[in-house]
Amino acid sequence: MGAVSLENIVKRFGSFTAVEQTSLTIAEGTFTTLLGPSGCGKTTTLRMIAGLLDPTEGDIVIGGKRVNDVPIHKRNLGLVFQNYALFPHKTVADNVGFGLRYRKVGRAEMARRVREALELVQLPHLAGRYPKALSGGQQQRIALARAIVIEPEVLLLDEPLSALDANLREDMRVELKRIQERIGVTTVFVTHDQSEALAMSDQIVVMSDGRVEQMGAPEEVYNTPASEFVARFLGASNILDGRCLSRGAPGAELEVPVFGKVMVPSARAPHLGGEGPAKLVIRAERLLLRDAPPEGGAFSAPATVETVDYQGQSVRYFVRAGEVQLQAINMIDERPFPVGAQVHMTLRPQDCAALPG
Amino acid sequence: MGWNLIRVYAVLVYLFMFLPVAVVVLLSFNASQFGAFPMAGFSMRWFVALWENDAVMRAFRTSLLLGLLCAIISTTLGVLASLALVRYRIPGRNLLTTVLIAPILVPEVVMAVALLLFLNFIGIGRSFPMLLAGHVIFTLPFVILVVQARLVGIRRDVEEAALSLGASPRQTFFAVTLPLLMPAVAAGALFAFTISFDNITGTLFWKPGGVETVPTQIFAMLRHSISPEINALGTVMIVLTVGLPLLGAALARRLAMKSGV
Repeated sequence: MGAVSLENIVKRFGSFTAVEQTSLTIAEGTFTTLLGPSGCGKTTTLRMIAGLLDPTEGDIVIGGKRVNDVPIHKRNLGLVFQNYALFPHKTVADNVGFGLRYRKVGRAEMARRVREALELVQLPHLAGRYPKALSGGQQQRIALARAIVIEPEVLLLDEPLSALDANLREDMRVELKRIQERIGVTTVFVTHDQSEALAMSDQIVVMSDGRVEQMGAPEEVYNTPASEFVARFLGASNILDGRCLSRGAPGAELEVPVFGKVMVPSARAPHLGGEGPAKLVIRAERLLLRDAPPEGGAFSAPATVETVDYQGQSVRYFVRAGEVQLQAINMIDERPFPVGAQVHMTLRPQDCAALPG
Repeated sequence: MGWNLIRVYAVLVYLFMFLPVAVVVLLSFNASQFGAFPMAGFSMRWFVALWENDAVMRAFRTSLLLGLLCAIISTTLGVLASLALVRYRIPGRNLLTTVLIAPILVPEVVMAVALLLFLNFIGIGRSFPMLLAGHVIFTLPFVILVVQARLVGIRRDVEEAALSLGASPRQTFFAVTLPLLMPAVAAGALFAFTISFDNITGTLFWKPGGVETVPTQIFAMLRHSISPEINALGTVMIVLTVGLPLLGAALARRLAMKSGV
């Protein structure tokens, strides 16, 4: 097992810069997710760690050793691909045992370790089958078994769940996390799916246009986004442009359209310096629609329902308050508000986050 | 009505194509020594005569050796060239592909004369290795076309998976790429063998004196007389050049089914 660190990594393809000056540290035994839209450089970063791409500048360190010049087959990494990449001409057992053939492992030990790996992914009965005869989910479990049977220093997962259908994806998510915790291997996971990232990670690295936008624990990234990009990419957010009137120890006072003055607690405004242009981030799930204005101190503003997107236990509304359109995702008891209904939006300031403008 | 006409027409086309071949095969079993109908009875005597004809057997051995060597060399070169063209970024890739495929496009007789003149120019006489080289030039494009098509379909991530599991690039080639490429390699080798085996134009120009291949031997024999032996030889050639690829294809299909590729 080993920690991974990238030190001032840059990757250029000709004049195109895929990854700009990036440094990040992945602690031993943790599950780190590189999250971002396609083309953000997350897969390029993963492939550099794997040794499938050479960084243009900077160093890659795995387990304390600089590995820039170590070819992929000597790095001892487990790699799982989006399309499984099983060897179609080999049985499941031969697929899983493939890496052991190059590791001076005796016949008996090889059989034992293959069996254990297949048990770990709960498919020991498929040992004799060929990949073609397996479902997508089974193939991906076999690919995982093949990657971990060699006891890699680092497990690299390149969108391993995105080829699976929705239900299976959630099962595999739980399964993958269970296996990772069980064997405690340092894991780097690449995805564009925020819910996968939030559910599985110890650390999330949000990337955009080849840059790291934010790095932190899932709650941290979700609750206190460091940029508008992060706020928009993780979850549904409303972002109101306004001004910071004052910044003190208890919090920052923002003045924004619709809600007027809002006091955001300091913990929710770590990236906001002082007075000046600022943005207020309101999660759609935190913007509650009510028939009547709330009693007491909660913030409130009237609005008109424009669109209703009914999803069973919850509803996504688009409401209008003057010039501004906002979205709200609310749990409902019985029936949603109809289009055109006059509602009151309520909001707790501690559920908002503030960003520099 | 229209469909019936088309059916009749199709049958006629097939007759036109295959009747001469059928006649040759049929007459090779004719007991009479005149290669003509009506047949005088069934006999294997012309096959026996072939077997006892030293010149024919020598030509047969030459063709077999030439075909086998040509298949081996063409397939090896073709696989290597395809790997380079498909898996690596090399400068002038399109130009290189065109040059490698060109022998198919250039009329065979032009290629034949060109190589002969070139060999004369650099002062190398005609010899078996030069004949072999000529056949390789003719057959290489077919191997490259077949192997390249298959290689494009082998996903790169399968090879990357093998690399990540500790196999060196060379081990990856032999453990993953080559087995997946095998149907195309076998098809390419069969192409090379059959094309070499019944090539006559190039061979006539390139063969050294005293060396005959089966096609040039038949050509030489025809100049004297139309012996029924030629029918028998024709039958043997048909069996080899048609039967072998069919056998190969069946084998490849079985292999593919077993491994589930």
